[in-house]
Amino acid sequence: MNKLATCLSKGGFEFETLEPIQGVETLGIKPDVWPLAAKFLKENPETDFDFLCFVVGVDEGEARLSVLYRLYSYRHRHTLLVRVNTSREVPEIPTVSRLWKAAFWEEREIFDFFGIHFLEHPDMRRLYLRSDWNGHPLRKDYAPDESLNPVADTAEPTSDTVPVFHEHGATNSPHANIDEADDYNRLFGKEDYVVNIGPQHPATHGVMHFKVSLDGETVRKVDVHCGYIHRGIEKLCEGLTYPQTLAMTDRLDYLSAHQNRHALCACIEDALGLEVPLRAQYIRAMMDELCRIQSHLLFYATFCMDMGGLTPFFYGFRDREKILDLFEYTTGGRLIQNYNMIGGVQADLHPDFLKKTAEFIRYLPTVLPEYHKVFTGNVIAQQRTKGVGLLTKEEAVSFGITGPSARASGLSCDLRKLQPYGVYDRVQFNEVLYQGGDCFDRYMVRMDEIGESLAIIDQLLTQIPQGEYRVKPKPVVKLPEGRYFKMVEAARGWFGVFIESRGDKYPYRLKFRSTGLPLVGAVDHLASGLKIGDLIVVGASLDYVVPDIDR
Amino acid sequence: MTNSKMFDFASITGAIDNFLRSYCSDELSFFIECVLVGLAVLVAYAVVALCMILAERKVCAAFQCRLGPNRVGPWGLFQTVADMVKILTKEIMEINHVDRFLYNLAPFIVIIASVVAFGCLPFAKGMQVIDFNVGVFFLMAVSSIGIVGILLAGWSSNNKFSVIGAMRSGAQIISYELSIGLSLLTVVLLSGTMQLSEIVEAQSELWFIFKGHIPALIAFVIYLIAGTAETNRGPFDLPEAESELTAGFHTEYSGMHFGFYYVAEFVNAFIVAAMAATLFLGGWMPLHIPGWESFNAVMDYIPSLFWFLGKTAVLVFVLMWFKWTFPRLRIDQLLTLEWRYLMPLGLLNLLMMTLLVAYGWTF
Repeated sequence: MNKLATCLSKGGFEFETLEPIQGVETLGIKPDVWPLAAKFLKENPETDFDFLCFVVGVDEGEARLSVLYRLYSYRHRHTLLVRVNTSREVPEIPTVSRLWKAAFWEEREIFDFFGIHFLEHPDMRRLYLRSDWNGHPLRKDYAPDESLNPVADTAEPTSDTVPVFHEHGATNSPHANIDEADDYNRLFGKEDYVVNIGPQHPATHGVMHFKVSLDGETVRKVDVHCGYIHRGIEKLCEGLTYPQTLAMTDRLDYLSAHQNRHALCACIEDALGLEVPLRAQYIRAMMDELCRIQSHLLFYATFCMDMGGLTPFFYGFRDREKILDLFEYTTGGRLIQNYNMIGGVQADLHPDFLKKTAEFIRYLPTVLPEYHKVFTGNVIAQQRTKGVGLLTKEEAVSFGITGPSARASGLSCDLRKLQPYGVYDRVQFNEVLYQGGDCFDRYMVRMDEIGESLAIIDQLLTQIPQGEYRVKPKPVVKLPEGRYFKMVEAARGWFGVFIESRGDKYPYRLKFRSTGLPLVGAVDHLASGLKIGDLIVVGASLDYVVPDIDR
Repeated sequence: MTNSKMFDFASITGAIDNFLRSYCSDELSFFIECVLVGLAVLVAYAVVALCMILAERKVCAAFQCRLGPNRVGPWGLFQTVADMVKILTKEIMEINHVDRFLYNLAPFIVIIASVVAFGCLPFAKGMQVIDFNVGVFFLMAVSSIGIVGILLAGWSSNNKFSVIGAMRSGAQIISYELSIGLSLLTVVLLSGTMQLSEIVEAQSELWFIFKGHIPALIAFVIYLIAGTAETNRGPFDLPEAESELTAGFHTEYSGMHFGFYYVAEFVNAFIVAAMAATLFLGGWMPLHIPGWESFNAVMDYIPSLFWFLGKTAVLVFVLMWFKWTFPRLRIDQLLTLEWRYLMPLGLLNLLMMTLLVAYGWTF
């Protein structure tokens, strides 16, 4: 920590040292020095914060809005928090989207929810809400009045130009007449052949909308529209007690329901200082890994289906069904289990669970060769995935991509190894890494991870101790005042939770780090210049889940 | 040789002809025969379509560890009949901003091309509507009219997905038509005729795939690949790639207009299989092995229609096997496969067959 402090002083920018959050050094930086500071933090070899992990907007009240940036360095394995404050009247912060591509999307989200203008951000549109929405809902002074935003019965107005904000409130807002707009903030030219893939489309895995500019069969540009399934979960959580917020997590990335809920529970437990019984931790890890396997099986199914292979689709679903049965025995739920609770899990394992899980982990390796036989070795499948949608390691870091998609580019980013949580330090497993960064490697990482997860479950099954499955917290859960982060390795990467508590039984601000938003953020970069068919394969290989992006 | 023992369907049609002529004038009996033949072709077409759809669903279910339709009738036999009734009663949606005339015309072009091609097939001994002296040529010509319907559908639908699908279909069918033509020419070289009945008769000694050995086998494989592409079936189903273009050229169609495309696609697969059976596997001709007289005589007891349908069914199964095993190609790979591999190979193969025939190196 001290080493970090000494090299920060070399940066030559003004900062104030704030109270560390969960032991992580926190800086307060003024908006006008922030671009300079960000450049230093990213490019100076001693700091080398190459990864922008979290960006949280918070309405601090008292005429002040703030943005909290959580930076991480893969090389030095250190973390830094930066808080940039701005005023409510002129909410302006210079963009850092040119340094970290992940910021491009996070800043759009914060603009949408808090109305903070990120100066010189190349595309300052709303990310989730309709472009004609009035107000910024996560501000504390926002009144959810139906007269302000009546239920719309018309389609969202679209424009081919995008607003860009400059200093002192100057804007390039969208022009009604496209000819008047300068090229600077134009999304599509008037000659472009733009096809809307989505929001209702078989290959977008939900209500995702890609505006694709085509040159014949070749994709020139992809403009991603999110928000068709935005439920305002972060806003809703501000009005829910902590145990109630748990129900929301399963509805984010529903294929990582256990891991998501694990993250939120662990965050609250950390804040309360609650010690979770060992048996509960084992149960959580086991469920997390089962969840990962079923997510990867579904990935296999949909990946093959998107490439026109309908038979493998059924293979994946056939075996995923067996995991859902295992979930059902114990939790009663299949897709959404509502199993993790603050202090442990909802109920003890079903008496047959251990036996049936042991059967399952013996069964799955017998069918996996069949998967590879029908798809992996197929010449068409290889031709279509190898060398397609190349993502380098540096780009993966810059886009904020984690999980299997980043590991396919050779980025060692498995949180279970980097910062072991729960009982992951008690099991032996390998982090699956591939170096190619193409669709085929993204596919293979997931297929191999199934095997690793099986190995983890095998060890957990033999180690699991007897004992309590839950410690009950107080009837009314109130978190001590403060800010809390927690991240777990979900099926698609780092799923994070940020809670700012003011000592109430409701969170003051609750933010989820989406695993899917960085993934769709990279679609334009990966698919430009490829064919339409490749765009679909790239999307399938990234394996995003839309409710997790939209929240 | 042994063919005389086989039942000739011409004896039935001849009897009907004589019966009609004995009661009415030649012109009237000709007219009645035309109507009867037309009806028979349409009924056969519909029956084949229903069987194909059921077969596809059962085969695909078997590949995918499922059961397939099994509720309507024994073994789900009447499921497709029920589906047909349903689609016949469905509303045909009126779409705004389409070129109404072309939009409504397109499905008919596709289905008519398919029916005409279907009508030319020699189903059994003596069971053929018209036996042209350029039968192979005619079949190729009419079966490629369907592409006009597909292009029209894509263009008139006023939908970008449809246009892309239609363009893909155009590029695909025009390319693969070359390979089909070349592999058919290989057979024509071997038989020395384009008349389908003579081609079948010429295989009474030995089927062409055996007679022409290596080049015939190559032509057969090329034909099956190109034929699959020609019918827009997987792994060449790019024009309607559902994960890319939702439904391609027929995205906007509904009710029976959509049904026409659907039915035509299935029967076209049947036609491709039937053509392959006729040209390479002897059509309705039983399996004959030179020298094995008693074996040949036994084979002749199986009716010729069964031979034809049996061979076609096997090939249809192969086409379905392709579809339910392979993932889809990409457009540039599809064209590379044709222009860089299949067509040069087909040309070379044609040359090889010419030498074979010229020097009499056939079996």
